Amino acid sequence: MKLIFEKGQEGHGLGLLPECDVPKVSLSRTRRKPPVLPHVSENELTRHYTALAKRVHGMNDGFYPLGSCTMKYNPKINEEMAALPGFTDLHPLQPVETAQGALRVLKETEEAICEITGMDRMTLQPAAGAHGEFTGLLLIKAYHKSRGDFGRTKIIVPDSAHGTNPASSVMAGFTVVNVPSDENGCVDVEALRAAVGPDTAGLMLTNPNTVGIFDKNILEITKIIHEAGGQCYYDGANLNAVMGVVRPGDMGFDVIHVNLHKTFSTPHGGGGPGSGPVGCKAHLAAFLPGPCVEKSDEGLILRKPAQSIGRVRGFYGNFLVVVRALTYIQTLGKEGIPEAAKHAVLNANYMMARLKDSYHMAYDTICMHEFVMNLSELKKETGVSAMDIAKGLLDHGIHPPTMYFPLIVHEALMVEPTETETKDTLDEAIGVFIQLAELARTQPEELLSAPHVTPVGRLDEVGAARKPVLRWTPEEQDI
Amino acid sequence: MGSYVSITEMEQQKMLDAVGVRSLDELYKDVPAEMLLSEGELKLPSGKSELEVRESIGAYAAQNTRFATVLRGAGSYRHYIPAVVKSVISREELVTAYTPYQAEVSQGILQSIYEYQSMICQLFGMDVSNASVYDGCTAAAEAVGMCRDRRRGKALVSACADPQVIETIRTYCFGSGMELALVSEKNGQTDADALKELAGADTACLYIQQPNYYGQMEDAEGLGAIIHEAGGKYIMGVNPIACAVMATPGECGADIAVGEGQPLGLPTSFGGPYLGIMTATQAMMRKLPGRIVGKTSDHDGNVGYVLTLTAREQHIRREKASSNICSNEALCALTAAVYLSAMGAKSLTEAAEQSMAKAHYLAGLLAEAELPLKYEGEYFHEFVTVCESQKAQAILDALEKKGILGGLPVEGGLLWCATEMVSRAKLDETAAIVKEVLAR
Repeated sequence: MKLIFEKGQEGHGLGLLPECDVPKVSLSRTRRKPPVLPHVSENELTRHYTALAKRVHGMNDGFYPLGSCTMKYNPKINEEMAALPGFTDLHPLQPVETAQGALRVLKETEEAICEITGMDRMTLQPAAGAHGEFTGLLLIKAYHKSRGDFGRTKIIVPDSAHGTNPASSVMAGFTVVNVPSDENGCVDVEALRAAVGPDTAGLMLTNPNTVGIFDKNILEITKIIHEAGGQCYYDGANLNAVMGVVRPGDMGFDVIHVNLHKTFSTPHGGGGPGSGPVGCKAHLAAFLPGPCVEKSDEGLILRKPAQSIGRVRGFYGNFLVVVRALTYIQTLGKEGIPEAAKHAVLNANYMMARLKDSYHMAYDTICMHEFVMNLSELKKETGVSAMDIAKGLLDHGIHPPTMYFPLIVHEALMVEPTETETKDTLDEAIGVFIQLAELARTQPEELLSAPHVTPVGRLDEVGAARKPVLRWTPEEQDI
Repeated sequence: MGSYVSITEMEQQKMLDAVGVRSLDELYKDVPAEMLLSEGELKLPSGKSELEVRESIGAYAAQNTRFATVLRGAGSYRHYIPAVVKSVISREELVTAYTPYQAEVSQGILQSIYEYQSMICQLFGMDVSNASVYDGCTAAAEAVGMCRDRRRGKALVSACADPQVIETIRTYCFGSGMELALVSEKNGQTDADALKELAGADTACLYIQQPNYYGQMEDAEGLGAIIHEAGGKYIMGVNPIACAVMATPGECGADIAVGEGQPLGLPTSFGGPYLGIMTATQAMMRKLPGRIVGKTSDHDGNVGYVLTLTAREQHIRREKASSNICSNEALCALTAAVYLSAMGAKSLTEAAEQSMAKAHYLAGLLAEAELPLKYEGEYFHEFVTVCESQKAQAILDALEKKGILGGLPVEGGLLWCATEMVSRAKLDETAAIVKEVLAR
């Protein structure tokens, strides 16, 4: 498909701005030549993007069981609320007296998610999950520093963790200690006990973990860390399995992030914007990024906490994403939130139970909101890999599960159906999965060359990285 | 009221049977019983119908004041947003898709990002753009992190940069352990002599903002030459609308150029979502954080696009990654690309010229009303007028009554901004109100 630069003609365009009604002035140093941007009519523009949109599998194009990403339905009312001019037209630096409704959105969201997670305070400033991790780790760093405890330089991360955990730890100035998982995919408690010490700043953990299992030793795990003088960080990527059922705060965690774009139904936008609020127990609240929303006699105000680590982003975070999340929280309420979690778990277990005979489960037990399949055997037997099955799913209008993660499972496919899929959808998908497992044994070449019906086939990623072409240039047009 | 769960009792029973459990609660057998929340323990209101939610959230929106005229910028700018922008970015597929890991069913998003990268490179005069980071502040902070090496651990930051950007860089430095020093301000601009004093063998980089926080045009080329002389990298944080007319970061010698992309078609939205634009020279390409889309082909030679250079990223490199970023602001990048396509070079330049023209017209009127400019240097679409704080507040109150959001109170005055959105009549009205307040 042509690039937008290759469409239209010099002279095509839209009539957008009126004549300037004041005298123009110019800079003494100007750019040498104008930027080369597309020159298209409005019709050409919309057709281009409509064509692009057709080459995207969105939530509403079909099943999207992308493990660890919680691709639940994105309710339309959320979008309408976030588009209200009373929110979109607000300048972030207009006087707080004129933005009380916006501050109420922030405050109510903070209070609701604190209640759901068992935390005392929360910042909505972080723009994504990884950004939240970075923020939470800085809280831990500032906490130890404030106590004159300067030797705590290490963050313990299980080998099953999301890649963001170790990466965030390094950004926050820590070194990473990897601890192995046990045969059940959970934290090896003895290995953890051996890993902690006076240099332990904290632990980062997802629970349920990345293989979809609730770590039943969680209280012992957080106790080991606390007794060693460390803090416990909860990666909220998998909160959808337990929201309203059990709280990270009650598991012994001191600081958490949640992903509004996973658990709280806000759309992923092809990669963002998300929102990664960070909650903490009272002893860490003084270090939160500023400003926070506080109640006062004059209404809600913005104030920076006393020992704040400082800002992690401009203004107050991805505000319109927060509006969507609050809309969702109000819709579900105290009944709907645990209901969503329980059905997410039921859907995952149902799929897992029905697929057991066709695929090897990495951990054959009751799972939480997702489960991981290990396709090593299938690959050995047929030559068909997790990647090939994934590409086969594309031909059936199903977005593949997360591939090759977590790293502790070989040939992994991680399936997270979410609660918003019906039994009918699950049954259809189960049928496709089973059919592909059979195909792997009967006609493996069909899968090795999949996908067949997508706009492009498998792309040369190695070539793309070896000789990077990262932009169109006008010269290219002349060729 | 709802959880978007659709299931009948019979379906639920069949599913529980297939799993081999009797109830939903039995699925949580691994959770220690003492930890489970009991019925009614979650202190939240009951769920609401869609109609009730609409009223409830709508009431919050209605509580806010919408200013018909905005003469305030300071990092968030109200520009004209073409109707086609909102229409295109509301396409369900584009809104709801995840990060394009599965390239074969994500060509639309990947191509749109490739086009975005191409447009941003054009606008900034730089070699490479990533697919976006969170906002302008984090883009600046990530850029500083890119410049660190073993011998050079100190970042110099212009005191004339947006205070929020400075604060964000400071927070990131608290994380990484980099040292930060501010290059002082002189007459509203970065003091080149102070920079010469500070820049040395331990200096990793200099960050400046163009136009700076006070709206002033810095001698960007001159400052760049000084930091390069000292062996440090040069980072410019720029306003993308101003890039349509001013010397580009590429022309000024920047190694990395970043910016807040909000002016490119995003509403001010109480601060977010915004768009962190991040570009670099070819030489620094592999140090860029975040997603980057590249062009390639499939077995049949069809052109396609993929996420590339992933060896920099957290999901591959874990603790050795160049950054932890995973989610970015893809839909905002798409918004900027649609905006730039709709505007074209012509309307974009016009928006920049009109913003600048209106700011200068307003500054002239305010000076006549005895609200003089604080700095003498050249400025783009923002400027500071001298005014003691009590008077400033009286001016802002009087403007607010007429639906005008006046300049932002800063030390010793007000920081004003004008864009193509404000008509001459409104600027005249503003000046008249100011004059009246000052005459009291």
